[in-house]
Amino acid sequence: MITDFIRTVSTWAIPFFLVAVPIYGVFRKVKVYESFVEGAKGGIQTAVRIIPYLVAMLVAVGMLRAAGAIDMMANALAPVLGLLRFPVEILPLAIMRPLSGSGSMGIVTELISAHGPDSFIGRLAASAYGSTETTFYVLAVYFGAVGIRKTRHAVVAGLTADLVSLAAAVIVCRLAFL
Amino acid sequence: MLNYIWLAMVILAIVLGGINGKIEAVTTAAIDAAAGAVTIAIGLIGVMALWLGLVKIMEDSGLMALVARALNPVMKRLFPDVPAGHPAMSSMTMNIAANMLGLNNAATPLGLKAMEDLEKLNKIPGVATNAMCTFLTINTGSVQLIPATMIGVMASAGSKDPTAIIGTTLAAGCAALIAGITTARLLEKLPVFAAKREAEKEAQ
Repeated sequence: MITDFIRTVSTWAIPFFLVAVPIYGVFRKVKVYESFVEGAKGGIQTAVRIIPYLVAMLVAVGMLRAAGAIDMMANALAPVLGLLRFPVEILPLAIMRPLSGSGSMGIVTELISAHGPDSFIGRLAASAYGSTETTFYVLAVYFGAVGIRKTRHAVVAGLTADLVSLAAAVIVCRLAFL
Repeated sequence: MLNYIWLAMVILAIVLGGINGKIEAVTTAAIDAAAGAVTIAIGLIGVMALWLGLVKIMEDSGLMALVARALNPVMKRLFPDVPAGHPAMSSMTMNIAANMLGLNNAATPLGLKAMEDLEKLNKIPGVATNAMCTFLTINTGSVQLIPATMIGVMASAGSKDPTAIIGTTLAAGCAALIAGITTARLLEKLPVFAAKREAEKEAQ
């Protein structure tokens, strides 16, 4: 019920927005076409401004992945985390998630097909993937758009959130699916 | 911070790539990623323009101020440095709403617009403000009411109950959001992360 409602809202949100905003604008005597074009101009500058930041970040992440670093880190951490009864199958996903969206999507899909979509690991992987974003990508794009080079505490706060989402996913999935 | 992390990533990649005998793959990946970054950025121009155009209509018609005022009680606690009714409040609100509904195509342009609005309040160019860090932390987490992408993956893998993950994903996302915001608000007070210190280091 609630799920269907939220789905409907998601489906209609953008079309509603596309028509409601100009109608409200006309109602408030705004020259909507002229306003739109004026605002849209900014799109090009913003997109171009993030290029150097995005290149720096994606190159470093791409190199790490190609070097096989993700699996090596997972293998190094597995014995320690295994002692804590952490499901080590999802370790490569946990390491990849903040670094690369497409990379972690590939790992989730693999985990789901290897363990089955209704298995504990499959559901845990899906929950862990969905409960956080690609932190380093967001960092590069958002700060890049306004030329921020000194990121202060953002990296630590973002990675803390990633760790907590992983731990929470493990705990909640244990409670829900085991 | 990012200086060290970035350097560590590159060094680690070269050293491990050498050990694993994958150094050629590392080179290819670096070149491909550089080209791919431009493709991503250029691909953003269209949606960026679309949303910035709509937001401009919202600004000119006073709708942005209306959104900012409606959610001010919540937003002013999260972002005490941003004045009530500032455009940043409305663009941040819309970005968060788009994220919750899983509308990625809208969320990124609105988020970047929010960063530009926040930058107008920034006294030290090039150094992140407290509000920017909190806002960024909210965006590095994900509180999606319906994790549509993952439900799709589960369904196509033949799951009997692909929506079983909605609750667990939402719970983990909320935990991360609370932890992230708390961490950001605590760390912003630490002298190590002070904006002035970063600016002085820059000046030297």
